[in-house]
Amino acid sequence: MTHSSLDPAAARDARPESFPHAATGALANQQVRANIRHATTTIRRKRAGVVAEVPDWELLRSAGSAIKDETLASLDAVLIELEASVQAAGGTVHWARDAAEANEIVVGLVQAEGADEVVKVKSLATDEIRLNEALEGAGIRPIETDLAELIVQLAGERPSHLLVPAIHKNRVEIRDLFRDRFGLPDLSDDPAELAEAARLHLREAFLRARVAVSGANFAAADTGTICVVESEGNGRMCTTLPDVLITVMGIEKAIPRFRDLEVFLQLLPRSSTGERMNPYTSLWTGVREGDGPQTFHLVLLDAGRTRVLADPAGRPALRCIRCSACINVCPVYRQTGGHAYHSPYAGPIGAILAPQLAGETGAVASLPFASSLCGACYDVCPVLIDIPSILVHERGKAVARERSGIEGRSLKMLGKAFATRAGYERAQRLGRQLQRPIARDGWLTHFPPGPLGAWGRSRDLPALPAQTFREWWESRDDRA
Amino acid sequence: MIERVALFVTCLADTLFPDVGKATVTVLERLGIEVVFPLEQTCCGQMHGNSGYPSEAAALARRFVDVFDGFDAVVTPSGSCAAQVREHFEDLLGGDDRGVPARTWELSQFLTGVLGLEDIGSTFEGTVAYHPTCHSLRLLRVGDAPLRLLQAVPGVELLELPDAEECCGFGGTFAVKNADVSTAMLDEKIAAIMASGAESVCACDSSCLMHIGGGLRRRGVAVRPVHLAEILAS
Repeated sequence: MTHSSLDPAAARDARPESFPHAATGALANQQVRANIRHATTTIRRKRAGVVAEVPDWELLRSAGSAIKDETLASLDAVLIELEASVQAAGGTVHWARDAAEANEIVVGLVQAEGADEVVKVKSLATDEIRLNEALEGAGIRPIETDLAELIVQLAGERPSHLLVPAIHKNRVEIRDLFRDRFGLPDLSDDPAELAEAARLHLREAFLRARVAVSGANFAAADTGTICVVESEGNGRMCTTLPDVLITVMGIEKAIPRFRDLEVFLQLLPRSSTGERMNPYTSLWTGVREGDGPQTFHLVLLDAGRTRVLADPAGRPALRCIRCSACINVCPVYRQTGGHAYHSPYAGPIGAILAPQLAGETGAVASLPFASSLCGACYDVCPVLIDIPSILVHERGKAVARERSGIEGRSLKMLGKAFATRAGYERAQRLGRQLQRPIARDGWLTHFPPGPLGAWGRSRDLPALPAQTFREWWESRDDRA
Repeated sequence: MIERVALFVTCLADTLFPDVGKATVTVLERLGIEVVFPLEQTCCGQMHGNSGYPSEAAALARRFVDVFDGFDAVVTPSGSCAAQVREHFEDLLGGDDRGVPARTWELSQFLTGVLGLEDIGSTFEGTVAYHPTCHSLRLLRVGDAPLRLLQAVPGVELLELPDAEECCGFGGTFAVKNADVSTAMLDEKIAAIMASGAESVCACDSSCLMHIGGGLRRRGVAVRPVHLAEILAS
């Protein structure tokens, strides 16, 4: 396999941080690919089964989409109402423009408590802002309590899936990790035994910790109620045992009314884990004396969300409820796994949301092109995000900003040629002339660098035939 | 009953797969339909639209509407080009599409949906695996129209393609911009085609067949890629 260094477009695409480059590395890891194929196939089958049994699934999707759109249309007012409701219930609300501000706020709150460790509920928002690194930088130890997040943290890796962060690891790998980190040389790879080892490790942390950090699946503006949906009960431990609870949530997680949960608590578990109902749904409203945390902080995170909100064509991405159904059906993710996306948001939703949140710059700018536009993601999205259309919209932004490479110049030239019949037919004749040195017996025999070379690495290509359809048609007309 | 249709052959079939265009003409004329081929036609702009060049795509969409306005029906042997016209022209043209998208039909939809036909007098000998291309399946929603047409052809033995609805990895410029991922997807598709045991793999898009066929040939797999129109014309 060769990446041509002569072709500027290929060279740009192969930048070390770009998706095509990272994907090539990921494709070489057969073990990880097998794990991901197995796990996503299992989850998508389960999802399809439990979605099929809901007679009003399409109505639920429409309702979820409509509630999110309503929220986004008046997000300023919804957030101010949420702030007032949380304050009225005894909580404190903080506003963070970006990751740095949010991290500073959380670190400051933990330091003010004099704590040197926090227990964490699985949270994408805190993955996004890299809160753990900020905490560690301030001498505070973050302890992930979701089993898969714990595995990833112990291994010193990053999550590879929204919902199943350790999807890239199988149980033999996890056994070896636990044997090493927990000092249990005789541990087997029996799932129950692995879970028990993690449970013992975590119980000590739950009972010791004075501060917990969580994300939020939903936050009802009318009551100030925060909702976290989970499977293991670790979230319930974190949100009830420590004295201080800090929740970091993206501003798009707000919903107008408590009763809107009725829709989302049906959509989310079926779409994400393929369960009718998730085992633990924790709801809390501020603080209550003698019951649970006595101090509650809510950190509202922008970090690019208002920029996405300002773009009408890209805005529906903010409806996302982080179920990961799109990831589990994505044929690209299925091959590469999540690490190639260089973002906690992988798969189809990551391919739009990560560049949107980052302002289409940096490592994630190549993600909108990491899709064959097959449309499987849109079919399963519980809030009807037309991901393929937003991918195309984001590609347009990338094209408008980047200097035109070989692809851009070719497409613009073809666009001009195809504007007239004469130009189009000239292009057809030119193609036949140009291929002469590299075509034999109806097939191309040599692939020059650039797009043709990329094609030819793994696929043959038929040569242009001697007669186009239109030439045949005209000769047929002459006969008639 | 529609007696006259305009053929939109697609730039790809015109230039690289003329036999698919000829087969489409054969099928329509066998049904007693007059086929008109407006020579001013070029390209629907799908490649530009999907690659992030909306102004080039819009210009080609305008041209398409100019060329095909005035026909009761436009028929094309491509699910993805039909989907570009039917699903994306309205947005690209700000609604000024003169009703052309609603009169543009992918071949299998035209035969089964507009004409209400399944058996169109074809004969073919061989085992066939049908690959539903992504845009025909999920954008255009052709459903089982191609399968019903194939089932009605005497001599066609349809064999099940495992995980048929998985993308073949073509995706237009995706195939070259993300060539390695595209190839990994193609490898799975080819493994499924081989597992089906079929002699031919059939689809409604020349582009996907170019990808699958190019992969089959490179790997020395003796399965023949064949467009639905070619089976129906036989």
